[in-house]
Amino acid sequence: MAFKVIHYINQFYANIGGEEKADYKPEIREGIVGPGMALKAAFKGEAEIVATVICGDSYFASNMDEATNTILDMIRKYEPDAFIAGPAFNAGRYGTACGAMCAAVAKEFNIPVVSGMYPENPGVEMYKKFAWIVETPDSAIGMRKAAPAMAKLALKLLKGESIGKPEEEGYIERGIRKNMFYEKLAAERCVDMFIAKLKGEPFETEYKMPVFDRVDPQPAVKDLAHATIALVTSGGICPKGNPDHIEASSASKFGEYDITGVNDLTSETHCTAHGGYDATYADQDADRVLPVDVMRDLEREGVIGKLHTKFYTTVGNGTSVANAKKFGAEIVNRLVRDGVTAVILTST
Amino acid sequence: MVKEIERKLPVVHMCTIVPISQTVGANRIVPTIAIPHPLGDPTKTPEEEKILRRKLVERALKALQTDITEQTVFTE
Repeated sequence: MAFKVIHYINQFYANIGGEEKADYKPEIREGIVGPGMALKAAFKGEAEIVATVICGDSYFASNMDEATNTILDMIRKYEPDAFIAGPAFNAGRYGTACGAMCAAVAKEFNIPVVSGMYPENPGVEMYKKFAWIVETPDSAIGMRKAAPAMAKLALKLLKGESIGKPEEEGYIERGIRKNMFYEKLAAERCVDMFIAKLKGEPFETEYKMPVFDRVDPQPAVKDLAHATIALVTSGGICPKGNPDHIEASSASKFGEYDITGVNDLTSETHCTAHGGYDATYADQDADRVLPVDVMRDLEREGVIGKLHTKFYTTVGNGTSVANAKKFGAEIVNRLVRDGVTAVILTST
Repeated sequence: MVKEIERKLPVVHMCTIVPISQTVGANRIVPTIAIPHPLGDPTKTPEEEKILRRKLVERALKALQTDITEQTVFTE
């Protein structure tokens, strides 16, 4: 008999809708929906998708515990042998949901869990320890490659076959250490590596050091009443019409806009350039993302010294880490130059 | 972005998906209302909404005035 697999996808891949439907509550359907077809083809009859869970990305992200428990209850009666989520490519909320569900299912049912993501998807860093995450390209164009790779890994796990190194199997390193037998002693291997390093030749470490990318917190603001506070956002708020054409996704630039004399953002003056969330509410009133109105009140009341005359904005939607880093570094240099004390950064 | 800013200026990250902010490495975090309207709530009247927004911004300012040694989520 074929292995029973539950597949998790979002509202978009279920063909329910885009951002306007991202609040869609969890639902389970018998059989295959959307990208499950590609998995089915790759399973070649050895495993079968018995049901598909569908959940809106925003709903999951805003109600993680509730959504997780609801979905666990939904899939219990199917007694699945494995759980596959996505692939989510570089979609942040989707990747987070896939990772969270994989982790929860593995814990609850103790079955293999597999997802697929682009390495920069925040779901990778959060859940790679808990799930087998196949490395995929950054967009759905990579489905043809991703689905068979995920299916293949899932089948191996289902059959209890041993799983090779990340680069052999195509999954993202989970930080699992395995004991191995070598012909050569450790001391010898170590010297070999050292010599290779000295010669500038490639070598492979047997124990990678973790990379901690953390920045120490800055000291607190001491005198708020004389401080200049700047607003920065990744929520895409910009003057109406998006004059600098900041991209709706994968932004290649940020905008710097003057708000001297602006007391309130309105649907007449500002909108969002962001393509990764339902823009209705931000377009109606951009203060919901960039709180200029409240900051002006606080400035008038003397709670803060001053709201900085410019705000900075970009679209955090599939934007590469390299670009985000570049934007942040450039923005803070300008803020320091202009004598800003501290920053409020809002994200959608 | 938040980390690059923190290298030179104190910064508070206001966002709805707190686990992502923590993973990225923001130090001062204030949870917000919802992804498409972090600092608003369209089900409320504009007046109520502004009061809500002010409360969250005041929390962010409090976070900026608090010395911390590790990642801190400010929920009040």
